Amino acid sequence: MAWQWFHRLGSPRWFYQKTGAWLPWLALASVILLTVGSVWGLGFAPQDAKQGNSYRIIYIHVPASFLALAGYYIMAISGAIGLIWKMKLSFAVMRAAAPIGAVLTVIALFTGAVWGKPTWGTYWVWDARITSMLILLFLYIGVIALARAFSREQVADKACALLALVGTVNIPIIYKSVDWWFTLHQPATIKLTQSSSIDPSMFYPLLTMIIGFYCMYAWSLIAHTRTLVLQREWRTQWVQQELSGMETQGKGGK
Amino acid sequence: MSSAESLSMAGRNHGGPSLAALLRVELLLALRKRADIANPLLFFVTVLALLPLGVGPEPDLLARLAPGMIWVMALLATLLSQESLFRSDFEDGSLEQQALSSQPLYFAVLIKAAVHWLVTGLPLALLSPMLGLMLNLPAAGYFCLLVSLLLGTASMSLIGAVGAALTVALRRPGLLLALIVMPLYVPVLIFGTGAVQAAIDGYVFGPQLAILAALLAAAAALAPLAAAGAIRISLDN
Repeated sequence: MAWQWFHRLGSPRWFYQKTGAWLPWLALASVILLTVGSVWGLGFAPQDAKQGNSYRIIYIHVPASFLALAGYYIMAISGAIGLIWKMKLSFAVMRAAAPIGAVLTVIALFTGAVWGKPTWGTYWVWDARITSMLILLFLYIGVIALARAFSREQVADKACALLALVGTVNIPIIYKSVDWWFTLHQPATIKLTQSSSIDPSMFYPLLTMIIGFYCMYAWSLIAHTRTLVLQREWRTQWVQQELSGMETQGKGGK
Repeated sequence: MSSAESLSMAGRNHGGPSLAALLRVELLLALRKRADIANPLLFFVTVLALLPLGVGPEPDLLARLAPGMIWVMALLATLLSQESLFRSDFEDGSLEQQALSSQPLYFAVLIKAAVHWLVTGLPLALLSPMLGLMLNLPAAGYFCLLVSLLLGTASMSLIGAVGAALTVALRRPGLLLALIVMPLYVPVLIFGTGAVQAAIDGYVFGPQLAILAALLAAAAALAPLAAAGAIRISLDN
């Protein structure tokens, strides 16, 4: 019986009906956490001794970077679950995770560039972390492009899952090699001011933002997956019922 | 002649194709397509000949760019030739036969990648010292360039096989193949150029070559596995 929930999760219908109730709560939690975190971080956290106010972009940059990387693993793991247990739902999660992760990677790169201008004096540096993030973006784009290339969804799902898994094996190697490459080429003019310890007055708003980003990620992943589930299962009876239910509700509202 | 026909001819007497027979057949097929062997090499030479036209003929500048440019162009030449790795076998159905046969698909992929390296990576590596000469590569770099390319192109043939297998069912996979495979080439490129640069600067380059060899070992063990899985997915299409 311990596996029952796992088998249930394989049913798109169960997922769709169960998660509908979670969405408003997740949305509420992320709005509250992100509002509190950004007001706290941008308005009330103390200035950085070296960077002044410009460091405050950390409150968006760091959570986005966290989730950009975590999102790749979420995508790859759900792809693996789909390949192993032939679960339709987990392929939908994988496909939904790809564009979200790519957007988060772009946000991380963009905020990094904006932060780099006042701190390093230039928008783009071939720093190890930036370069790794750029390659991560290419990995995401590869998965998205591969998904679009196939006309049959089932084949696209499996191919993307395999590519995501191959990417997962490679990510640690890529990170290590880029690190090594950077230490070899390190330009002398740029110094990364990465303090090992961060003051609690700066850390708590950051933590709030990170949790808020996780909530937002979960919200958008579930919302996107639900849309994909509806698209894929639109022929089934339960989707027809759901949709007609929505229509009558909409009419009643007017 | 497709591989399936040649395979059945080569393996009939032994009651099934052995790996050596498969290798012989693949090599024979590869060697018959002269243009497919020549094109990557010509691409390699032509693009590198364009480099001085683009950046200017100053020997110092070319010497600085040489290791990186030769490596990047070898990478592109390998990548572009990879599109056809499984193509003809997929189109005439012999890939499906191989997937169904009792021989593990793993070894078939390994052998195809090995043959691809023999007709693409090996000549590219052997040609690289000449291009180094044209681009004024410092003398200390030649040996390392040759060895690093020998190891690196083999890894790239194996990694590219995964991408080729994933895209074999698509009509025009060229750019997509490049898109999905290039990020996976990054470690090989970094350690390859790193080794040559270290050799030029007079440092030890053994560790980098050892890492390249380790990457090759890992790729030889894992890439055919992923490529075999990808072939089975592509055959579903």
